[in-house]
Amino acid sequence: MTESVDISPQLPLGLAERGFSGTIRRLAAGQADSALPDEELESRLIELGFVEGARVAVLHEGIVGRDPIAVRVDNVTIAIRRREAMAIIVD
Amino acid sequence: MHLALVGTPNSGKTSLFNALTGSRQKVANYPGVTVERKEGSFVTPKGRQVSLVDLPGTYSLRGRSPDEEITRDIVLGKAKGEPLPDLVLCVADSTNLRLTIRLLLELKSTGRPLVLVLNMFDIATRRGITVDVPGLSKALGVPVVTSIAVRKGGTGELLRLTDEIAAEAAPCEHKSLWQPLTASELRAVQREADRIIAANVSLPARPDTWTSRIDAVVLHPAGGLAILFLILFVMFQAVFAWAQPLMEALSSAFDAAGQLVHDTLPAGLLQSFLQNGVISGVGSVVVFLPQIIIIFLFILLLEDFGYMARAAFLMDRIMGGAGLHGRAFIPLLSSFACAIPGIMATRVIDNRRDRLTTILIAPLMTCSARIPVYTLIISAFIPAIQIWGWINLRGLVMFGLYAAGIVSALAVSFLVKFFMWRDYAPAPFMLELPDYKMPRIRSIAIGIYTRAKMFLQRAGTTIFSMMVLIWFLASFPQPPVGAEGPAINYSLAAMIGKAIAPLLAPVGFNWQIAVALIPGMAAREVAIAALGTVYAIEGGKEAASQIGQVLADKWSLATALSLLVWYIFAPQCASTLAVIRRETGSWTWMAITFAYMLALAYVASFATYNIAAALIPPL
Repeated sequence: MTESVDISPQLPLGLAERGFSGTIRRLAAGQADSALPDEELESRLIELGFVEGARVAVLHEGIVGRDPIAVRVDNVTIAIRRREAMAIIVD
Repeated sequence: MHLALVGTPNSGKTSLFNALTGSRQKVANYPGVTVERKEGSFVTPKGRQVSLVDLPGTYSLRGRSPDEEITRDIVLGKAKGEPLPDLVLCVADSTNLRLTIRLLLELKSTGRPLVLVLNMFDIATRRGITVDVPGLSKALGVPVVTSIAVRKGGTGELLRLTDEIAAEAAPCEHKSLWQPLTASELRAVQREADRIIAANVSLPARPDTWTSRIDAVVLHPAGGLAILFLILFVMFQAVFAWAQPLMEALSSAFDAAGQLVHDTLPAGLLQSFLQNGVISGVGSVVVFLPQIIIIFLFILLLEDFGYMARAAFLMDRIMGGAGLHGRAFIPLLSSFACAIPGIMATRVIDNRRDRLTTILIAPLMTCSARIPVYTLIISAFIPAIQIWGWINLRGLVMFGLYAAGIVSALAVSFLVKFFMWRDYAPAPFMLELPDYKMPRIRSIAIGIYTRAKMFLQRAGTTIFSMMVLIWFLASFPQPPVGAEGPAINYSLAAMIGKAIAPLLAPVGFNWQIAVALIPGMAAREVAIAALGTVYAIEGGKEAASQIGQVLADKWSLATALSLLVWYIFAPQCASTLAVIRRETGSWTWMAITFAYMLALAYVASFATYNIAAALIPPL
């Protein structure tokens, strides 16, 4: 934590609230408690446009446990569960 | 010349396919797997005959599901019995190029001649997106054309280019260098795609305002769910109310035809066969065509509009609570039309356990074949009164039957998860929510036409032959000369029905119902036709035209309710069981489905019959 003194701290997208917008810093498939193997989860996220540098915004939340979330990734909207969104590190 | 359409889901691939081929389409299955194979043909301006296959939508060539494997194998020329395409048309939604351009870069390594089709170009232009088409073509190294699949003449440029490429006819044999990409290679390809887009496409910073406005309402945490249920409620009310006049018209047309046969032919076996077997049997099923058209009208409209993915979003966690995947929503919703396409649609769920659970409960969704049974019994036994001035009681009972199916499906899924797969983490739910689009009448019409044709073909073949069988069973052997009572009491049907009737007596069924349930295994709606035949032969002509009236006279309300409940649960459809066997590749899963549904049906009907009989005083 000592290094991250920048104004925009990094957080997993899975913890972001509705209205959050930011940029993807990196993918960390190992941090998500997903049923998929890390490599597979990472591939799928990339295939849906979740790559480093992409602009993301959390547009909507589901009713139960505010899950899943609808995320705007550049100009596409993707529905994803928070569990998998934990692998997307944003700031 | 063979062409193949490849694209991501929601790229407008299917509307381009419809625009190019019109109604010249053949839908079948790929050999050995149950992936739908859509092929069509068209003629280019220069008179070249072209065959076109619409390959399953995919984001990459990795082949994560049977559908995606088909796409990969055909593009690589590895699919058995399928020609290697001479040209691959990679279809992109022009408003959303990122994912398709990455797919296109991956496709390039296969060595197939490629064309990038920028579909829905009109929407992109309207949103202020400008594309440097020659520049994009140069950067990608493939020809690029724009198209507006939904507009007349919107595919002209693509047709001209097809002719040009065919004329070059330089079959340069490129070897495929494709191999599965690792995550880091995938990332590199996506970077390359983003670089090419940045250089050739200018994106205005305004997303589709209509989509965000609609989503603000439709995906509202509480309001969204209310809207979803309202849509479903309206849908089922419409099925009941709108179809009524058409159904009455069809029904009186069949009655008139039956009467004509009755008047022209001499009394005897042929007259009875045509009137009671053929016309009243097939007629009683065809009458439901309007309702099936209305159900599909709603499903196709919602799908084209882009609402289906939102429904999956809203239902994901709620279904997740019952151990279901959000993606199961669409297969389950399709099962309201028919469990067979629904079970086949479970292929979009790539986790085997999620998929098996969905397959197991799909037959509990109220399919359109149950509608005839429900409608007939409801109109015979439930009075057509309005509650609170606007809710039709019959519609409400119908809604209740649908709700019972849904609730029990969720309960079964929950139990399956709880007892069988407790140790298992849920598979991810990741789904693109496409921008809303105005549904196009033409593509809806093509969709409804194909479904209506399928239904009528079934009525003409399976149902017709079952009706002939029922008529035969109900007519032979003929009663001895001078016998007392209705002729059917001496028939084979009566013997079979009476043999199994004791088993069904505890749930309130008489032997006529028992007879009707047997052919009902071929297709649920046949049971109604069978009841029609059984009672028609028993009671003569008047009974055939007013089967509902006859049932109301002969059955108690408890029996009627018990039969309704039976139909919610009973595994009354041989084709569904056959599809389950095929899709799961095991007899065990088919047997499990059959056994649990039969047990559920028996217990529920038993309870309904006895409770109703206790509560309702006999008249």
